[in-house]
Order: sequence, then C-alpha cells, then structure tokens
Amino acid sequence: MNSTLLSTKAKVCSVPACISTLIATGKITTKVAEATSKDVDIAVDAAQKAFDTTWGLNVGGAGRAKMLGKLAQLMEEHQQELSALESLNNGKTFSWAMNADIPIAIETIRYYAGWADKIHGQVQETDEKKLTYSRHEPIGVVGQIIPWNFPLVMMTWKIGPALATGNCIVMKPSEFTPLTALRMCELIQEAGFPPGVFNLLTGYGSTVGAAIASHMKIEKIAFTGSTLVGRKVMEAAAKSNLKNVTLELGGKNANIICNDADLDQAVSWAVHGSYWNHGQACTAGSRIFVQSGIYDEFLAKFTEKSRALKVGDPFSPDSYQGPQVSKNQFDRIMGFIQSGKDQGATVVLGGDRNGTEGYFINPTIFTDTTPDMKIVQEEIFGPVGVVIKFEDEEDVVQQANDSVFGLAAAVFSQNITRALTIAHRLKAGTVWVNCVNQIHPNVPFGGFKQSGIGRELGEYALANYTAVKAVQVNLGYVM
Amino acid sequence: MTSIFTHEFNTPIYKGKTSFNTGLYINGKFVEGSDKNTIDVINPATGKIITKVAEATSKDVDVAVAAAHKAFETTWGLNMGGAGRSRLLAKLAQLMEEHQQELAALEALDNGKTFTWAMDVDTTFAIDTIRYYAGWADKIHGQVVETDERKLSYTRHEPIGVVGQIIPWNFPLLMMSWKLGPALATGNCIVMKPSEFTPLTAIRMSELIHEAGFPPGTFNLLTGYGNTVGAAISSHMKIDKVAFTGSTLVGRKIMEAAAKSNLKDITLELGGKSPNIIFNDADVDQAVNWAAHGIYWNHGQACCAGSRIFVQSGIYDEFLSKFTEKTRSLKVGDPFDLDSYQGPQVSQLQYDRIMEYIQSGKDQGATVHLGGDRVGTEGFYINPTIFTDTTPDMKIVQEEIFGPVGVVIKFEDEEDVIRQANDTVFGLAAAVFSQNITRALTTAHRLKAGTAWVNCVNQLHANVPFGGFKQSGIGRELGEYALHNYTAVKSVQVNLGHVM
Repeated sequence: MNSTLLSTKAKVCSVPACISTLIATGKITTKVAEATSKDVDIAVDAAQKAFDTTWGLNVGGAGRAKMLGKLAQLMEEHQQELSALESLNNGKTFSWAMNADIPIAIETIRYYAGWADKIHGQVQETDEKKLTYSRHEPIGVVGQIIPWNFPLVMMTWKIGPALATGNCIVMKPSEFTPLTALRMCELIQEAGFPPGVFNLLTGYGSTVGAAIASHMKIEKIAFTGSTLVGRKVMEAAAKSNLKNVTLELGGKNANIICNDADLDQAVSWAVHGSYWNHGQACTAGSRIFVQSGIYDEFLAKFTEKSRALKVGDPFSPDSYQGPQVSKNQFDRIMGFIQSGKDQGATVVLGGDRNGTEGYFINPTIFTDTTPDMKIVQEEIFGPVGVVIKFEDEEDVVQQANDSVFGLAAAVFSQNITRALTIAHRLKAGTVWVNCVNQIHPNVPFGGFKQSGIGRELGEYALANYTAVKAVQVNLGYVM
Repeated sequence: MTSIFTHEFNTPIYKGKTSFNTGLYINGKFVEGSDKNTIDVINPATGKIITKVAEATSKDVDVAVAAAHKAFETTWGLNMGGAGRSRLLAKLAQLMEEHQQELAALEALDNGKTFTWAMDVDTTFAIDTIRYYAGWADKIHGQVVETDERKLSYTRHEPIGVVGQIIPWNFPLLMMSWKLGPALATGNCIVMKPSEFTPLTAIRMSELIHEAGFPPGTFNLLTGYGNTVGAAISSHMKIDKVAFTGSTLVGRKIMEAAAKSNLKDITLELGGKSPNIIFNDADVDQAVNWAAHGIYWNHGQACCAGSRIFVQSGIYDEFLSKFTEKTRSLKVGDPFDLDSYQGPQVSQLQYDRIMEYIQSGKDQGATVHLGGDRVGTEGFYINPTIFTDTTPDMKIVQEEIFGPVGVVIKFEDEEDVIRQANDTVFGLAAAVFSQNITRALTTAHRLKAGTAWVNCVNQLHANVPFGGFKQSGIGRELGEYALHNYTAVKSVQVNLGHVM
C-alpha cells in the first residue's frame, strides 16, 4: 500500500517528517507522510483548479453519480481488506469492522451517489414579469477533518454529500488512524475522480487541522471530534474568512429505562449502548437511568451480560471488544475511572486494565453516583457505564436534559404514550426508542446544544455543501 | 419609571401623531434599564435629539432570556401549535397595516429615509414578510424516512428555543420583520437588539406584538449598544442561536463569541461590494435607471448596493452621460418633502465615514465625475457621487462605502469583467444587463454572489432566499430556506421489532 499524499509527488518517509502509526499493542505498524501547512496550500490550489475545470458544475450530476457508484463498488470488492486495515489501525474487532463499519460506509457512498443528480433548486412564483429561481451550487473547496473512532465511516459521511454536490475536498484524517483513508485514496483514484477533486493530508490537528480551519481559500469546514477542538475550529473560521462550519462533537447520552420496558431487551441494548466500539462513540449511552421497580433485576442482568463480553485480540473470532485506540485515550479513561473511585462511586464491574500489553480496559459499571461527579458529567469515551436509579418520570427527563451536550438519547418502555412523549421531550438530535445506536444513511444525525452545529446524513446533509444563489430575471419591469 | 414618547408629525407629506413607551420590552412589560441609563435618538435630518430610550445592560439580557425560556416551556414553543402561531402573526401583519403610515413616518424620522420610500417599500415589504411567515407557521414538516418495516424513523423540526437577533439601522423595520417572521413562525422565543441609532419602529412594534396577543416573554426587545447588549447576546450560555445583520467586522466577533461560549448556531448577513455589469447589448436607458436605483436607493445604505458599475466600452460614453444626468436629477432633501428622493445619511459617524472614502478616492487619483460633497449645512446630507478613472486597488473600489457613491468602470472583455466582478472578499449580490439570453444567464450563473439580478437590481421578495457567498455571510434568510435557521432537527427511531 502506498503511504503517500494523493496530489503531491511521492515522499520518502524519514523521521522526523513522518507519523508513526501505532496499534493497540503499542507497536509501530508503519510510518506515513506528515503534511505541513504548505502542503495544505498546494492541496487547496489543486482542489480549486479541479473545481474550476474538471469537477464542480463541469461534470454534472450524472457523472458524479457514476463515480460515486463506482467507488462504492470498489469498496465492496475490497471490503475484507478495508475491515482488516481498520481493525489493525483502530483496534476495533475485525467482526465489527466487517459487519458494521464497512457496510455502513459502503451504503453511505451508495446513498449519496443516488443524490448526485437530484440537487434541486426552487422556482418561486413572484409574478409574470419576472423569472425567479434558486440554484443549489457546490460551494467550492471544502475542508474536512475526521476522527479516529470510526475512521472509514466518518470519511464516507463527509465525502458522500460533499462529492455528490460537486465540491472538491481537502481532508485530514486522524493522525492515529490514517490507514483506511490512505487506502481509500487509491480507490477514489481508481474510481476515476479527477486529480485534485479529493486530497488527503495526513497530519496533526495543531498544524494541518489549524491550517485548514483558517485557510482563506477554503469556503467551508466540517469537523467531527471533541467539543474542545470544535470551538477552536469555529473560532478559526470566524477569524479567517467566515467560512461555513458544521460540527459533530461530544455527547453524554442518556438511556432511560422505565419499569414497563422489555427488560431483557433493555439489558442487551444497554450493553450495546455502553460498550459498542469500546465506548468510543459520540452516541454512547453512558448515563443509564433505570426506574426503581426494575433496578435490581436490571443491574444484575446488565452486570452479567457485561461480564460476558470478551475483551481480546481484534482478530480473534470471538472477541467483542478490542483495545482502546491509543495510550493517550487509555490514560484518559483510566483517569476518569480513578476519579469515579475517588469521588465515592461504587465499581460494580471492571474498573481496571485487561492484561499487560496493549490498551485493553475491562467493561466497567459504576453505581451510587451523584450528578456532579466527573464520570456523570463528562464524556469518558471508554467502556464505562454509569447506572443511576430513578423514581419519577418528570425528574428523570429533567436529569437527562441537564447536560451541556445533546447528541443522542434512548428510551425503553412498551407504553406508546410514555415512550414517545419522553422521546419528544429529550433535548437530543437523535432519540432511539427501544433500541440504541441505530444509524442509517438516510436519517439525519447531529447535536443539540454543545454537541454540534448542523446535521449530517440524509437529505439534510446536502444543505451543508451547497451555496444557494437566487437569480431574478426581469421580464418586463420598467424602471 | 419609563417615559412615553409623543410626536406630532406636521409635514407636507404626512400629518399624524405617534405616542409610545420608550422602555425595554421584557416579558410583556416596558421597563427601565437595570442601570437606569438612556440612549439619545438623533434625527439625522437635523442632528438634534428626537427622544431618549432606555438602555439595556447585560443584566437585562439575563432577565429577558429567563423570561423567554419560561415562555418557551409554557406558553409558546410547541405548546402553542402552528395554527395558533399563524393566527398571531397574521394579526400582527394586520395591525402593522392599520398603522402603516405611522410606522413609515417614524422610520423616516429615525433613519432619514424619505417617507415615500418608507411607505412604498420598507413598511409594505415588512408587512408582506410577516404575512408570508404567518403562512408557514402551520406547515413545518419533518420527514418520515423509510428504513424497514421493523422500525419507524422520522424527524421533527423543533423550535430551537431562545434565539438572539441583532438587527441593523439601514432598514430597521424591514430587518426586524425578516428576523421575527421565521423565528416566531417556527415557535422560537426572541431576545432582540435593534440598532441604537434606529430603535423607534422596533419599540413601536413591541406594542403591536403585545396587542396582537403574543404571550409575554415570546418577544423581548432590548435597546442598547453592541459592545454591551450585543456582546451579551452572542456569548450568552442560554441562547442557542444568534442571527446578526451588520458589518463583516462585527460579524466575525459574533461568530467568535458563539464559538467561545456555547457553540450556538449562527447566521450572518454582512457587507457587500456588489458588481453591476452592463454589456453593450443592454437596454441602455433601462440600465441607467436601474443602475441609479442600484447605488442610490436608501442613500447607498444597502448591503446589496450595486456600487461597482462595470460598463462595456461600446456604450460607456452614452451610459456615463445618461447616468450622470439621471443621478443629477435625484432630489436630496428633507425626508418629509413631497419630492425628495434621498434624505440624510443615518448618523454623524456614517457621514464622516463616507466623506473619508470620498476623500480617499480623490487622494488616490480617481476622478470625481459628479458630487463628492455635502448638501447644505445641517443634517447628514451627501450629494449622489460618481467616481470614474479608478484602479482596482483603490479603497473606493475595494471597500464597502455604504453611501451614495458609485464607481463606474469601463471594461472590454467579458471573461475579464467576470473575473474582476468576482475578485472581492464579498459575495452578496450582483447584476447583469444584457438583452442576449445566453450572455445574461451565463454571466449571472458565473457570478459568485448569493443573489444575481438580470436586467434589474435590488429586487427582494419574501419568498426568495437572500444571503451571501464568501465573507458576505453565512446562511440564507427569506423564503422557505429561513425556516431551517430556526429549527433543530431531531431524529426519532422507534424499534418495532429488531431484537438485540
């Protein structure tokens, strides 16, 4: 595999101009090139050139649809390879990568291939002495910064709508997990996208990310990552050229389980909510509110089920959970676990490292918390669930909403009135009823409050990548 | 104790009376500012004080936000329902219509635009905008998305909650309606700051909003300054969205404050330096009249003003001579005179700024083809001004002047003029004059601007989106598009059979 930048000449890797990509055992997999802000300038120029000549409105929707369709097909042909690479780089199990990540990624590309020739402006009736219409034009060169938790999926959520609507892209993958993004560059090229349409710069946030966010010739930036960095991106956009911004940030998502829930299903879904992707999901149902009538039974079953999850090598067929993505993250999560202990919460399960090599953490359950504890307030991004008993419906809705975040939430109840009323009252961009973590390419996703700005996926994402131009043609007004 | 402002209009064009409370409008009541200070409101035709109004502080912003949240949770938001919101907005439009002359007179007194323009455009368009959004209030539709039969997936387009809105002084009432309309139609509660230069129609509107029956706290008006009230709104932790119309400079500060506080959504309508391209095959007489409207309407105080007039060489001399004649004929005078076209600029500050730009044009070697000076000795009146013989780097060609100053630039080549027109950090609007369908539409499509007019300029409609490319803004107002600025999309996915 060619570990170079797409639109620049091949670089020979040598320290210190390279990033070492580690895997969860802490050993180096490979080195990849490191981009600088100069490389960003080159990429932006290439992207702008492509936009003006071989892409943008020069290709037309049908052409863009065909290429995206071809890309989806190539991804399908290389599905196992991509899964293995994702697993190697990120630490998620090969099974999850094959069964969730890569299929979602392929479906997302295919979904947006279908939109490419259906970008419709409006014709507005004013009167017969005028023709008034709006065009939904591609913006131009867009910057996209993606995270390490679902590297390939996050890449497709970004490139799908951006390419479908005719934009050119300068993308920075996470320096922790660049491998599937690099492999995708080759598939993108093979699919026939003209040079400069898509550009990938592996590099660090403080250099490449910052250069993209403040670039004067990038008209829009999309970022998925932490709320902390999201602020910096928006600030940089404001200070540079007022580029449009969409952000997908953190969450501390409530999972409310009422007395009348299907208990066994609630337990299974809650496990999926807390431990899927090792808790490294912005949608993780990390605050599990259980009504008092079923609390003891729930906790017992939830503990059993969590204990049964196998933590191990990502390439072992029966592993459920692999290592956390990096030492940095490992330390951070262990720090939160320690704070839980220090602040007086009870560790019902786990709370410790698994093994001695690699960044494996045991699925962990805390109880007996108070609302002000760090493990209840802040996003841990690890396999740590907090189970909280509640009595009163009104009170639990208020507790669930009492967060600066608002990304997702879940409700478990078999009563239609209770389930939907609570769902509608929760201040979150996605609410799941009797399920969690369900993602579809045609269903919008995004955060209320400090969990983000804008919506990805679905038809909604197209708005992020189009510039509306109103054209008014005078057919008879005399001045 | 808040005071009542009373004014008797006894002018050639309008005779009537206005009387209203000058306090802050918070939670359905008019109150003094928490520091009990006031702001002087100046009549730009004379430079003299019209009245004082209450000055809000950041404490008042907190009180207003709390009242807005309470209303949102109880009497407004989704508690009211679309039909109810529609009815109230329609009632507001009706009240505005009943008081149209009074509002127009107040606007002319406060802003300096002529009573005629205020009647024919500002107030009429403002009423239409409110009426237009009244129609949308019960048509806020989410989607039902097909996934499979073991799931129900749908989206709700919910009101955001408490939104902050900061409006400018150039079209005070009109800008207020562009903000109120979509925000209230979709169920949000508002904390609004009008310009400290032109608060009067906004305050009068608060009374009409109250009279129309909007519950207390739904709409709150805080007259105050940008660096106190405006800053407090854009960095407020309990305001989830801010919409701002004004200068690009301040727009940046708003976005920065939003990022540093609670990552509130933002929409911005900022400045422009819009090109007006007139080809050899234009209808020259019409192009002349439209070009004059493009730059001198509202005394050049329009974000979309066609301030760079590119004229193709084949018609340049004819155009310039006719354009000069037309411009010379525009009557500058008292806003309440029967035949005035152009009143004073809005304030001493703006007057000084424009005169500095005119001076820079002279200093940098451009030719003052017409005007370039003050009118009279009282009030902020400036003669409609034409500059020629400019170079692209001159300040008067690059920067937004926001006054009755047009720059006429000769061009030869089509490709080159499009490049020149697009060579700006702005991208708000543009116009093309040509009778050739291919040339007209191709040029319109190639111009990097949020609105492109063909054989007309400055045409705005409540149902047509408006907003800027590049540093002219973020987001679109008006039309169906504006609803998106004031709704939060929530996906609900109900499991009807997937077993875990």
